[in-house]
Amino acid sequence: MSIPVIEVRDVGRTFMISSGFMRPKRPLHAVNGVDLAIEPGEVMALVGESGCGKTTLARMMMGLLSPSEGEILLDGKPIAGWNRSVIARAVQPIFQDPYSSLNPRKTVGSIITLPLRVQGAAEPEGWTRRAEEMMELVGLPRRLFNAYPNQLSGGQRQRVAIARALINRPKMVICDEPTSALDVSVQSQILNLLQDLRAELGLTYLLISHNLAVVEHIATRAAVMYLGRIVEQNAAEVLFSAPRHPYTRALLASVLTPDPGLGVPDTHLGASYPNPLELPSGCTFHPRCADVMDDCSSRIPVHTTVPGGHVTCHLHQNGGGSDAGT
Amino acid sequence: MASERILEVEGLSVAIPTPSGMLHPVQNVGFHVDRGETVAIVGESGCGKSLTSLAIMDLLPLRATRSADRLVLDNTDMLRIGERQMSDIRGNRMSMIFQEPMTSLNPAYTIGDQLTEGPRRHGQSGMSEARDRAVWLLEKVGITAAANRLRQYPHQLSGGLRQRVMIAMALMCGPDLIIADEPTTALDVTIQAQILHLLAELQREFHTGLILITHDLGVVARVADRVAVMYAGQIVEEGSAHRIFTTPSHPYTRGLLDCIPIPGKTARGSHLGSIPGIVPSLIGEMPGCHFAERCRHATGRCTSRPVDLGDGLEPDHRVRCVFSPEELQP
Ligand SMILES: Nc1ncnc2c1ncn2[C@@H]1O[C@H](COP(=O)(O)OP(=O)(O)OP(=O)(O)O)[C@@H](O)[C@H]1O
Ligand SMILES: Nc1ncnc2c1ncn2[C@@H]1O[C@H](COP(=O)(O)OP(=O)(O)OP(=O)(O)O)[C@@H](O)[C@H]1O
Ligand code: SF4
Ligand code: SF4
Ligand SMILES: [Mg+2]
Ligand SMILES: [Mg+2]
Repeated sequence: MSIPVIEVRDVGRTFMISSGFMRPKRPLHAVNGVDLAIEPGEVMALVGESGCGKTTLARMMMGLLSPSEGEILLDGKPIAGWNRSVIARAVQPIFQDPYSSLNPRKTVGSIITLPLRVQGAAEPEGWTRRAEEMMELVGLPRRLFNAYPNQLSGGQRQRVAIARALINRPKMVICDEPTSALDVSVQSQILNLLQDLRAELGLTYLLISHNLAVVEHIATRAAVMYLGRIVEQNAAEVLFSAPRHPYTRALLASVLTPDPGLGVPDTHLGASYPNPLELPSGCTFHPRCADVMDDCSSRIPVHTTVPGGHVTCHLHQNGGGSDAGT
Repeated sequence: MASERILEVEGLSVAIPTPSGMLHPVQNVGFHVDRGETVAIVGESGCGKSLTSLAIMDLLPLRATRSADRLVLDNTDMLRIGERQMSDIRGNRMSMIFQEPMTSLNPAYTIGDQLTEGPRRHGQSGMSEARDRAVWLLEKVGITAAANRLRQYPHQLSGGLRQRVMIAMALMCGPDLIIADEPTTALDVTIQAQILHLLAELQREFHTGLILITHDLGVVARVADRVAVMYAGQIVEEGSAHRIFTTPSHPYTRGLLDCIPIPGKTARGSHLGSIPGIVPSLIGEMPGCHFAERCRHATGRCTSRPVDLGDGLEPDHRVRCVFSPEELQP
């Protein structure tokens, strides 16, 4: 196996949250014991409900936040202590909101070349040419070089964000809800573009999205998070065709394909949202799980290796193959 | 006999003066909603969905002007009543779930005060009854420890929680008509499914009509009885959800459905369909079909004169195109 572009080893992140006036702060475990390795050329999707820790994990992978536990490796080398701009050379983000992620007072040209300035790229005289090439690659007309973000459509703004992310040829792009603020007609253009660029530039993606139809369409692997932990991971076609974890199953059952007459499926999920400050005992999913068993509330399930990936659930821990470490 | 028709809209238009000229974001829109029915309005960002619903609620921005041939809720002609009666209707018979929750929650009052205010003001129920219903609804929209939440202020809640409080608020007085503008877009798929179930349950309970505005074609297909597709201020196709999703006619509707990946149908990783070009500006007059600049089928006939919403493939189906629906089928 090749060296992963990025590897996350047993990473955790705790935030101290005030629980009220004059009361002591309490720890919130936003990310907990996460392992993830992304191989070159993969599209790794990260899915899970709001607040489960996806963005926190992504921010640690970009060096914007340091882990409380564990380590993150780029090309096999731990990034702890690295300068942010060094990490930014290799890992670039594309965020959800193309409206707020672009500086309204800067022109398109200067937004796209920003990473070159920040990272101190060579040959400043060639930057404009590189920006123009990048604009062409992402399908932005050159006449927009001196335009401001408020003169662009939503799709064009997201293209600017993509051009900015790619100009210094990163290896890895982290897309956090890259199309959720966009119309479906613009979304399809951006997804096609991300696919083309992946082939053309040999990029590796981490894709965070609530839109599971999009994830299923472009991901090669997928990891499902619940309350800060990865509960299942596998090749996308395996995960989507034969989900093992009850939470993954509920998630996939909630996807509404545009088939009239099918109605809204019952997820069989309890409505009781967990309080992240008081994690449920045993399997943290047990209060909502449709398949909950007697000892799920007392015993913590461990990662179990299955063909192509792993799952963390007592239902899948019979018959050997249990593998507590990884 | 009580009429089954809860809302009737005909010839609804909105105009807004802007520095570069008069904007016509809603143009001659007409549709109706029956009791217990769900009508979805879909279309590209900026096509006029929110302004259409604000025009029905009489909550347009200050400078905007509304005109309509008919605007009737149940048996009340909303074009002929004063602000006072309209405000009664808004709190009581017709409620709206707004796209931006913060715009309709008052930061100075607790969630509990805001939830119970409507039913108490309209004399529908006493304090404890209203409180019980508020707690029941909050739990239904997936908010735990609902009784404690009643004492919290809007800023103490996350965006997703606020959205759910908004939904509960719109349901407090059991209205005849609910207009929901992107009610679940900001939420997870699992909570989205729960909220759609709740809306359906309350619709059955109160025989409520629902106008659902959303970008999410999956939601539309699953919950709508009928669908109106808007493009650049106009309805371009209207019909049963079954008709729209199985045999879409208008080139814009067809384009929209080709853009989304459908698990099991779209080949994994393949190129998705797209609609090249951008939406036209709605400033000033536009003589012909609004979609002409982006349409593969456009001919000279399309831009020379207005294109009407014409008969479709069945009585309840209408299409705005110079070609007949039969000609538009592949
Ligand atoms: N800087 C912070 N300080 C305190 N708590 C935080 C901070 N950042 C995140 N959290 C908490 O950590 C948890 C995980 O948040 P995160 O933003 O990673 O979720 P997410 O999975 O990206 O959710 P979404 O899908 O809504 O974007 C949440 O409970 C959040 O409130
Ligand atoms: N107060 C206003 N002043 C001027 N123009 C406005 C105002 N409100 C809306 N518009 C314009 O009217 C058009 C229709 O807006 P509307 O909010 O109805 O769109 P929408 O279909 O709801 O879009 P979205 O899906 O993005 O919510 C847009 O072009 C918008 O820019
Ligand atoms: S361990 Fe038990 S509670 Fe947790 S997901 Fe598996 S079956 Fe459900
Ligand atoms: S009227 Fe002409 S331009 Fe408009 S949708 Fe029909 S074919 Fe296309
Ligand atoms: Mg996030
Ligand atoms: Mg809107």
